[in-house]
Amino acid sequence: MSAVGEELAVSTPQTGVSGVLDTLYAIAALLFAWQVLHWIAGGLVLPSPLGAANRLALIAADPEFAGHAWETGRAFATALLISLIGGLGLGVLLGVHRLSSEVAEPMLVALYSMPKITLYPVILLLFGLGISAKIAFGALHGIIPVIMFSMNAVRNIRPVYLRSARAMRLAALQTGLHVMVPATLPEIVSGFRLGFALTLLGTLIGEMFASQRGIGYMLLKAMESNEPTTITALALLLIVFATCASWILLAIDNRLHRRT
Amino acid sequence: MTRAGGIRAAVIGGAAAALEIACHAGWIDPVSVIPPSQMVAGAYTLLASGEYYADILLTLENVGLALLVSLAFGFLGGLVLHRLPRLRQAIDPLLASYYAVPTFLFYPLFIVLFGLNRWPLVAIGFLFAVVAMMLNTLNGFDRVPVVLTKTARVMRLTRTQEIARVTLPACAPYIFTGVKLAIAYSFIGVIAGEFVLSGAGFGFKIAFAYNNFDNPTMYGLMLLLLLLVGSVNMLLYYWERRLYARQVRA
Repeated sequence: MSAVGEELAVSTPQTGVSGVLDTLYAIAALLFAWQVLHWIAGGLVLPSPLGAANRLALIAADPEFAGHAWETGRAFATALLISLIGGLGLGVLLGVHRLSSEVAEPMLVALYSMPKITLYPVILLLFGLGISAKIAFGALHGIIPVIMFSMNAVRNIRPVYLRSARAMRLAALQTGLHVMVPATLPEIVSGFRLGFALTLLGTLIGEMFASQRGIGYMLLKAMESNEPTTITALALLLIVFATCASWILLAIDNRLHRRT
Repeated sequence: MTRAGGIRAAVIGGAAAALEIACHAGWIDPVSVIPPSQMVAGAYTLLASGEYYADILLTLENVGLALLVSLAFGFLGGLVLHRLPRLRQAIDPLLASYYAVPTFLFYPLFIVLFGLNRWPLVAIGFLFAVVAMMLNTLNGFDRVPVVLTKTARVMRLTRTQEIARVTLPACAPYIFTGVKLAIAYSFIGVIAGEFVLSGAGFGFKIAFAYNNFDNPTMYGLMLLLLLLVGSVNMLLYYWERRLYARQVRA
């Protein structure tokens, strides 16, 4: 059985230009479906794609927006750093010791599939309102998949690699650099990809409650004052950002996996 | 119990005991975290009072609805994509990055669309769960060994027989993985929605108790919720492991 997340990475071999063109058609079809829904539901409920894009341009031009975006970006970047470095460290530590990883695995699975939003009152009580609660919330979401993937990466190094390293009398540092890093890197990058996505989700959800600033807060405010156009515009911005980031990470991921 | 299982129980028990001691010794502010014994007492009181049954039931109903719809659509979607490779290739990049998008930000939009009732919650649970089901169904159909379909043809099974006796049993474990994830994700979606904005339900009551500084109720509810969701997920996790183990032996 595979680890969490791998289950969500069923890939199809891509074939050059025609594949990319088909994807563009699919995106066009989605936009068209959105437009049709807009016609059916009416402009007061669901804005059109063009309307959302125009609103986004307006929001982006507002001088206040830069502050919100900076705040979200700062919280997200910090949370991501904690998730990646902390998750990698813990994952490698657990992975090198078989019994520890056996002990930890079901606990991590349980934490991964738990609605962590339930813990938000505790986070707020511990960290107070503000950027540290958001960072904690983002890191809480993102760190678990990174731990799991790093742990499994280390655990699944083929023993023959380590035996060869010993046969060649590599020093510990050399074994690490030339054997362990290349052997584990693809899986670790897969974990980073999932960690990236979940940290973003966690940070935004954290901003929805725990904050007076940031894009999550803007979303919540737009929801309370019933402004579907603003909600859609912000959603569009985040979707484009997340999708582009995910494509870049996926491309790196696929490249590393193909090499091994 | 295995050795790992024993250590796991000891780790969890030790953490709870440490928290208990830290709370009683005053190292942790009782306004933020209360000792585990009081959490259990709070959970017991509110179970005994029966006051929250309606909310718990409502949440479970919403999760159930979201789950049913996402299983049906996810399975059909997986089947359709398996049959139409060109469509699959076209939307593959979108599916691959689906879980990178914080789907949750559609929740405010759903409230505007459906109004403040159960449907935005069901819709967000559905959005969280459906693609996991779809991808795993697809994976299941991909992994039916060619030798099995060939054998079915050699034995001149009809189309229905082949699906019922060969294809479905062969992809069952993968589809089960889809169901497992769909259950976890519809819980996450529905409860997150209840926290952000709703008028009733498990998550709403926790947020409500938090806003009223009612720590015993808040931690009691939280404990119940995490125990409930945690045991459902763990049950599915071990069941899944058994399914895959059987498949390897066969």
